[in-house]
Amino acid sequence: MAHSAAAPMEQYNYDIVKKFALMTLFWGIAGMAAGTYIASELAWPFLNFDIAQITFGRLRPLHTSGVIFGFGGNALFATSFYVVQRTCQTRLWGGKLAEFIFWGWNGALVIAGLGYLMGVTQGREYAEPEWYVDLLILVVWVAYFLVYVMTLLRRSQPHIYVANWFYLAFILATALLHVFNNLAVPVSLFGIKSYSLFSGAQDAMTQWWYGHNAVGFFLTAAFLGMMYYFVPKQAGRPVYSYRLSIVHFWALSFMYMWVGTHHLHWTAIPDWTSSLAAAFSILLLMPSWGGMINGIMTLSGAWDKLRSDPIMMFLITSLSFYGMSTFEGPMMSLKSVNALSHYTDWTVGHVHSGALGWVAMVSFGSLYHMIPKLWNKKIYSEKLIYIHFFFATIGILLYITALWVSGIGQGLMLRAFDQYGNLKYSFIETVVFMHGPLVARAIAGMFFVAGILLMTYNIWKTITAGQEATAPETAPATA
Amino acid sequence: MNWFMDLSNSKSVGLVIFFVTFVAIIIYVYGSKSRSERLESYRNIPFLDDDENETGTSSKEGEK
Repeated sequence: MAHSAAAPMEQYNYDIVKKFALMTLFWGIAGMAAGTYIASELAWPFLNFDIAQITFGRLRPLHTSGVIFGFGGNALFATSFYVVQRTCQTRLWGGKLAEFIFWGWNGALVIAGLGYLMGVTQGREYAEPEWYVDLLILVVWVAYFLVYVMTLLRRSQPHIYVANWFYLAFILATALLHVFNNLAVPVSLFGIKSYSLFSGAQDAMTQWWYGHNAVGFFLTAAFLGMMYYFVPKQAGRPVYSYRLSIVHFWALSFMYMWVGTHHLHWTAIPDWTSSLAAAFSILLLMPSWGGMINGIMTLSGAWDKLRSDPIMMFLITSLSFYGMSTFEGPMMSLKSVNALSHYTDWTVGHVHSGALGWVAMVSFGSLYHMIPKLWNKKIYSEKLIYIHFFFATIGILLYITALWVSGIGQGLMLRAFDQYGNLKYSFIETVVFMHGPLVARAIAGMFFVAGILLMTYNIWKTITAGQEATAPETAPATA
Repeated sequence: MNWFMDLSNSKSVGLVIFFVTFVAIIIYVYGSKSRSERLESYRNIPFLDDDENETGTSSKEGEK
């Protein structure tokens, strides 16, 4: 066993972690409320009110950026800065620079979000901000890399814990993706409009190389870093297999980069790129499930926590959704399945089983674990965590099943032929069919938003009126 | 050598390089009992920081 050389009274920079944690909740509410509103617009179109700024097209990027980069991004900054300090047993490097990251990142999100409402977008999925915001994000990201690596370099612990590997892969891959996907030429120095350096099929492939790796490294690898720290800590037991985590890391990092083109099946791209992406998507099932099993088996011998500990319920349920969506994804990447699922709500449902079930649930669990420690308080109400868990779970299950019905039904109707070889259904008939599931989806979103509102109340009361924590941290079970 | 330099064979070359690398990682991770024990010992790193570290300080304090 490698022994820590940490001084017992090592002090950490929790200020910056607190700021990011609170901003996670702010963006979570804003982004999820925007999502629920546009979901409601699809079910009840009068909600557009003929106001351009609140139509689906304007609010949709606000929703995706709000939840991915606002909620997810701030959660990752918070937890990565917390985990790197605690596993390296050293204080975060660059206090002022970390502050700059906080203001720069959230400022970029606000500028981008206001732009979306005014119709300013470069029309690249999950990369809608125009060139000036992209440059700001780039500067922030270089600062993040610097702070993280410098903290790792001055660690007291000789070995770099595997959670940090995942966080670092996320930082490096996101830098690479952000730069190449956003290569563009502004129309003028002070103009907001720019045009991509890529065009046609190359542009499509660049966008989905970025798009799927944003899922792979931003929404998966980084949150696996979160999982590898917070699941063992909450369970009070070390991770099931450290060696499996190493294989998980390298296999996942290698394979994700190849799969983006499965978003472009049956289009103008070369067929072999499509087949290659499908093959790697299937292979990706193995490291994904290896990681899931490693996380869930960490609870081995302490399964009772699944009944008694609501934070553990969040964390283990998130891993279950991770396993489910990493099975569904490879299945949907098969060309034959994709011919049915693509351009339907099934894809939207799949994304949300990952985004709500995996990303949001593991973030909630981690925040519930971390925030009381940051403020040295006991959680205000464990009962509210239970209620939040059930609101979130009901919301996700309703969401996924509604969009399975909507998407698979839509896909079947769009490719049905009558006895004369004509299309059997008109487009509007598919829309009429989808109305019921879309209403259910909007209600599912309301459940999820209600859950995060409860969480925010619980966290607020914990910080302002919670009791001081005096109980010692759970001791680890010996390996 | 010419075969390796031919771009049309790059996919096969890539497959060989990455497969060999992956097998090497597997052998490294699982191939030695003493190394396995050392790697598994790292599982406990999240528990090495003790309770006194629970309370952080503001960014203005304690900067090294």
